[in-house]
Amino acid sequence: MADRRTFIGIGAAVVLALGTGCTGGAGEEEPADFSGEVTGAITVLTNRTDLATTALPEYAKKFEAKYPGTKVTFEPVTNYEGDVTTQLSSGEYGDVLLIPNTVAVDQLGQFFEPLGSVADLKSTYRFADEKAFDGQVYGLSIGGVANGLVVNKRVWAQAGITAPPKTPEEFLAGLKAVAGATEAIPFYTNYKDGWPLSFFNSQRAILGDPAANETFPADPSPWQPGKIQHITDGLLFDIVKNKLNEPDPLTTNWEGSKPMIATGKVASMLLGSWAVPQMREAATAAGADPQDIVFWPFPYQTKGTFHARIEGDYKAAVSRTSKNKATAKAWLEWFVNESGFAADQQSIPPAVGQELPAVLKDFQATGVELMELPAAVKNSGKEDEIIKASEIDLTGNIYRQKLIDIARGAAKGDKESYFAELNERWGAAQSQVMR
Amino acid sequence: MRRPAAVTTPPVTPRRSRRWTPWLYLLPALALLITFTYVPVGNMVFYSFHTWDGLDVTMEPAGVDNYVRVLTDERYWRVFLISGYYFVASFAQIAIALYFAVILSFNTRFRNLFKGILFFPYLLNGVAVGFVFLYLFQPDGTLDTVLRWVGLGEHTRYWLGDPDIANISLAGTSVWRFTGLSFVLFLGAIQSIPGEIYEAAEIDGANRWHQVRHIIVPGIRRIISLSFILAISGSLSVFEIPFIMTGGANGTRTFVVQAYETAFQFRQIGLASAMAVVLLLVVLLITWVQRRIVPDEEVTLS
Repeated sequence: MADRRTFIGIGAAVVLALGTGCTGGAGEEEPADFSGEVTGAITVLTNRTDLATTALPEYAKKFEAKYPGTKVTFEPVTNYEGDVTTQLSSGEYGDVLLIPNTVAVDQLGQFFEPLGSVADLKSTYRFADEKAFDGQVYGLSIGGVANGLVVNKRVWAQAGITAPPKTPEEFLAGLKAVAGATEAIPFYTNYKDGWPLSFFNSQRAILGDPAANETFPADPSPWQPGKIQHITDGLLFDIVKNKLNEPDPLTTNWEGSKPMIATGKVASMLLGSWAVPQMREAATAAGADPQDIVFWPFPYQTKGTFHARIEGDYKAAVSRTSKNKATAKAWLEWFVNESGFAADQQSIPPAVGQELPAVLKDFQATGVELMELPAAVKNSGKEDEIIKASEIDLTGNIYRQKLIDIARGAAKGDKESYFAELNERWGAAQSQVMR
Repeated sequence: MRRPAAVTTPPVTPRRSRRWTPWLYLLPALALLITFTYVPVGNMVFYSFHTWDGLDVTMEPAGVDNYVRVLTDERYWRVFLISGYYFVASFAQIAIALYFAVILSFNTRFRNLFKGILFFPYLLNGVAVGFVFLYLFQPDGTLDTVLRWVGLGEHTRYWLGDPDIANISLAGTSVWRFTGLSFVLFLGAIQSIPGEIYEAAEIDGANRWHQVRHIIVPGIRRIISLSFILAISGSLSVFEIPFIMTGGANGTRTFVVQAYETAFQFRQIGLASAMAVVLLLVVLLITWVQRRIVPDEEVTLS
């Protein structure tokens, strides 16, 4: 059977992290020093292994033309989150990198240089406060996404539905109509890959409350009827309960799901606007019409309006250990403001005032209000702490997989009992963290 | 680098050089063992008394809090029960391995080919095995197709999706993978039994079954007992197969998968280390009990 060395392996990795980790962080008080000439070489870590040898060097060439004497090299990292987290503790992590989500906001200062105050940068950049602590911004978004449903509108039209449903009940009725009128799987959860389930956590804007992130950690029971988790997780539960998802969730496959929705074998998935170009590409590859793929808001309205959260994708930062911070900062600002990367990726440009991509203009035209949710300030970092202490991975898939198991009758319990358990666990951790 | 004393001054201090020479030969092995086994384990024990996210420069001492949580919170110790599936499966594994080891220790046709076939799965990487079986268990996958061919079509089901079957499917995968290892252990032990004993038995009129019953099984008792220890510790620490095939979902989360999630999804290195230490202690305890119940006597075939 499996062997115990797995553990020793984990232990060894952690030891390496510890042994070198102590050298990584220096004092946190000294102010950022970006003085010096913009020249010399910098290394940029990227998660876009697909672009590292194609599009990214093109941007680098333009940057090098603007600042002669500079040289930008890219270091593509396949398993970005895990590998870069380990690299962070070693002190060697390039000059410019995307902030891994494993770094808690109060640790940002240990690894990255502050780029300016939130108050100053907010007027220039969207999503400036998402990786900020104590009023200091540590990372700038390289592009934003909107959250909502990716649907195949041809399949929905076959079931007689052409406009986005306005309530969860209407959405469920729509899915049932799809199940009745077509062969398609009405809703695909991507249970096995897991991470697509985390988009049920990205819908916090639907209540239209800009302070949602601030108030969330203050609530000991977010799964109570009428509250946000009850609405989003509850919808997921009802979809599965009514057998409107894939028949065997344990064998889903993300890459395989793209051609499925593109050709109309799947009617809808809850993802982000970033997925639309990918699905359209899959449609083109499969010989289907790419215009069948459209983006709808989450089926919930507040005061008669859809609200969709827009948020920054990875935030890029200047490494604290960089030897060439002036050039690193120049690259970061140039990449965010002038490179056109966001537009090329059809994501929301981080610089305030630049035009939205076509996908989102259509989305806005359906009457959706795009909402940026400011990060918590008073309760900064508290939500992460509660997640860790309660082991309810709000931003992940583990507890949602259990939710699906219960809904399809594969685990004990029902909606009420599971939500009560979640409330209890969350509440216990919350009272510990917030006291 | 120091040169061995024996080379520089052999006649003067022969005794001291003799004392140090064995250690010099042991040094590389000891250095590797200490660096890669004992230091990490020591560190793990150290972490288990702290609260740490694996990244922060400071660690908060936590006393025995982590241990209290592992042992009192149902969510942590309940996953041990999943090991039961793998433990039961390991009996099947030992039985199958013993059966083939006995048969192939006699003069069977194509025996080397069969040995290769039986041992092959163990050579495959655990991740590859996981993916192979993932496709096998898919709805309308290989297993369903084969069942339909032989007219058992009505018995197909969601091998991983059905919570009553999922753990059995995974344990079956584990049996397939590790039978080869038990088989080779048994075969080696059987072949170390001297041939004269069989000849003598044959002269005394013993048939094949008698030989198995009275020569082979007593002769390899130590290896069988070793296999059980491996089976127990193995079934308590199952990781790759459920991790690759289901990610621990659908009630297939084992203790090690849970520890992995605690460490790397929830970044609670301290708590996860405490889980690892608990697992180590449990395995040691069970091994000790097992050795007390079945003492390891010297085997004599006279």
